[in-house]
Amino acid sequence: MKARIRITLKNGVLDPQGKAIQNALSGLGFKGIEEVRQGKYIEVDLASTDEAAARAEVEKMCRELLANTVIEDYAFELEQRT
Amino acid sequence: MKSSVIVFPGTNRERDVADVLAEVTGTAPRIVWHGDSEVPQSDLIVLPGGFSFGDYLRCGAMAAHSPIMRDVVAKAKAGVPVLGICNGFQILCETGLLPGVLQRNASLKFICKDVWLKVESTRTRFTGCYNQGEVAQMICAHGDGNYFADVATLDSLEGEGRVVFRYCDPAGNVTPEANANGAQRNIAGIADPTGRILGMMPHPENAAEAMLGSVDGRKLFESLLAA
Repeated sequence: MKARIRITLKNGVLDPQGKAIQNALSGLGFKGIEEVRQGKYIEVDLASTDEAAARAEVEKMCRELLANTVIEDYAFELEQRT
Repeated sequence: MKSSVIVFPGTNRERDVADVLAEVTGTAPRIVWHGDSEVPQSDLIVLPGGFSFGDYLRCGAMAAHSPIMRDVVAKAKAGVPVLGICNGFQILCETGLLPGVLQRNASLKFICKDVWLKVESTRTRFTGCYNQGEVAQMICAHGDGNYFADVATLDSLEGEGRVVFRYCDPAGNVTPEANANGAQRNIAGIADPTGRILGMMPHPENAAEAMLGSVDGRKLFESLLAA
């Protein structure tokens, strides 16, 4: 399986990098940007072909290392590798 | 007093703190590699500053899972004092020994400058030689020192007297302008409920010799001896 994991800052957590990106986009002339929030994207290739097992494994990876749940949320999708 | 300084790939201030510890305690600390599984019997464990594992993923995230950390956490829970400076503070937060997290500085800039800290608690193993409310001049050097925790955690830290250092101006006023990195409530250092685990962003080891501009950090190490 392949896991595509997105890690984002929780609502209410300040995101100075997102703010800087927003300012840069405005500086380039893009109009109507209300907010920019940045995060991380991680792909993990797993040997497992069992979706339920892979889901449990990736869930554990997110909680133990990939995300810091004090400030971050995570979400992921699984697909069979081709 | 026996102390151990843990070194991870990318740690770079271990010699600074080892130097001060040798001078203040009379015994040179052991330098312990992160890949080891056991910390030698110690009266103090230091997680020094630097950029362990290149700050990959999040500052301190990788180091928190190094083999040695299992024993550091066990010894900390058994009552051995642990000092985390800068990257060491980030590692303590990532292990969960201290609450919260150090985020990117609000300015997005790496900050390397003198800072003034108000000593908010003298009831830790590290601050007994300071006076309550004393202003200590130290140096900070970090890109991710912006302390964040949710309001409930912050309130409980305050309520339990666990906010140990706050950024202030040289006169001791805790102001937004004196807040080096955007930290919640100007927090520069916090302790665990027992006062035996301290995490702080500024570098007391670099403020322990007159030649370097301040000796205010030296008292932190002297407090350990006096405790």
